[in-house]
Amino acid sequence: MKISQEEVRHVAKLARLELSDKEVEKFAGQLSSVFEYMDVLSEADTEGVMETSQVTGLENVSDKDEVVASVSREDLLACTKLPVESKQILVKAAIKK
Amino acid sequence: MAKLNELTIGEVASGLKAKKFSSVEVTSDCLKRILERNKELNAFVLVDSEGALKMAEEADKRLASGAAGVGVLTGVPVGIKDIFATRGVRTTCCSPGLQDFVPPYDATVIEKLREACAVFLGKTNMDEFACGASTEHSFFGVTKNPYNLDKVAGGSSGGSAAAVADKMCPYSLGTDTGGSIRQPASFCGIYGMKVTYGRVSRSGVTAMASSWDTVGHFARSVDDIATVLGAISGHDRRDMTTPDVSVPDYSGFLGKGVKGVKIGLPKEYFSEGVEKETRDVVMKAVAKLEKAGAKIVEVSLPTTKYAVAVYYICMPAELSANLARYDGIRYGEISSADDASDLVDFYFKTRGKFFGDEIKRRIMIGTYVLSAGYMDAYYKKAMKVRTKIIQDFSEAFKKADVLIGPVSPFPAFGIGEKVNDPLAMYTADALTIPASAAGLPSLACPCGMSAAGLPIGLQVIAPHFEEGRCLQVGEAV
Repeated sequence: MKISQEEVRHVAKLARLELSDKEVEKFAGQLSSVFEYMDVLSEADTEGVMETSQVTGLENVSDKDEVVASVSREDLLACTKLPVESKQILVKAAIKK
Repeated sequence: MAKLNELTIGEVASGLKAKKFSSVEVTSDCLKRILERNKELNAFVLVDSEGALKMAEEADKRLASGAAGVGVLTGVPVGIKDIFATRGVRTTCCSPGLQDFVPPYDATVIEKLREACAVFLGKTNMDEFACGASTEHSFFGVTKNPYNLDKVAGGSSGGSAAAVADKMCPYSLGTDTGGSIRQPASFCGIYGMKVTYGRVSRSGVTAMASSWDTVGHFARSVDDIATVLGAISGHDRRDMTTPDVSVPDYSGFLGKGVKGVKIGLPKEYFSEGVEKETRDVVMKAVAKLEKAGAKIVEVSLPTTKYAVAVYYICMPAELSANLARYDGIRYGEISSADDASDLVDFYFKTRGKFFGDEIKRRIMIGTYVLSAGYMDAYYKKAMKVRTKIIQDFSEAFKKADVLIGPVSPFPAFGIGEKVNDPLAMYTADALTIPASAAGLPSLACPCGMSAAGLPIGLQVIAPHFEEGRCLQVGEAV
């Protein structure tokens, strides 16, 4: 299947990736050849076959609800490159005034 | 006496026990070797000489006191793929987005090795976020193959493989999602263990494709593979995909020989798509096993031809979700906040600037196959074919105890040869992906050389949690 430059722009938007025009052109070509290759799956007969997402058969694993020692708030906040105020990370406005 | 960096884990451990040398001496020899060779190979992206020598001193103290907690790995140096969170030591996933990220905690496997008083030499090179088969997609540049500097070391754990092959360290840690341990092990002529899905905890290891990812290791002997496997396996509360399956004494599988063991050869793994020289070298090793008493049977894995397509749909889908967390807020590089008009724009700019090409490609493939209108045609279809791949293996294991085939269709390829052709790079994983799809353990073993002087490896695939069989047969290769 051929992937158009418009589709590349749309998918990049969904994935929150800023792409240059040059990247859009390059990726359209490369993704087209990848998706052409994927078409091989249409040959496989999957009538009545269940989907697999977990391979060792685990289901609904749960853990005791108890507090255990973890990384401190200070250590975690030290990881950000954005300003920290009142033990919170300050980000750009999400909603415009 | 051989140089100390050339010894195996077993040899180092017995030398330390007999007080023939100290951990500081072993560590110094490893660091010296790295210093001599790393400029050329680029196997390590961070060498922590000071930290390593300090850990070695600690280990020597523990060894001298004869205290409890002295084990085979005490005082033995290790190289760590730069995807494992190491407390206080930079962990980048070889991505520009994490170029100076220092994690505040350890991965579970790192914690276990710390408790064993292992010596951390530094962090090894890899494809960005483990996405690649050649280590060419690394922010720090390609790792070269110790056997031929014009060739790749493989990937994504290329740095860890080259480091062990070049005797910079006796063992190293890696991850294998679709072949990222086995393929570089094969390209570099060493052993590489891909474990059963869930055998080893992935807590603190950056996620790529969560229903495929495994943690494993490289070494120069099967004995060493068994030692490390025992040390890192087992249930972990912090990774709920690790079932409570007991960890056997893996050394107990060694020295048993292969008499009466049924070895299946999947005929698809010896087809035209695999270079003749590779097939011949692997078949020579199979003949040796037959001579040693193994029974050789032909099996078929007809879905092998779909495996690459299944993988390059499922993996990017999971990857695109996992990498959504790299938004520049809590950690990682950021686009200058002043450039962005609002929060969403900040995400676009940060992610556009700090992901490499291969990551962008895979995020887009993943986003596409999960988007409205395509989910059934691609993602769900691939998950169904994945079921068929698993069924193929179940049938094959009715006839055989283990399966053997080449790791890669060809030996190490040239640097730059496939980097601009993503599809060619993807199909290089054709023989390692199926076992990953089914979550099976597989041990890559060196089995010969090409005429051009490059290593060729085979893989021994076993049923879930039967790593012991991989070791038993691998030892006889």
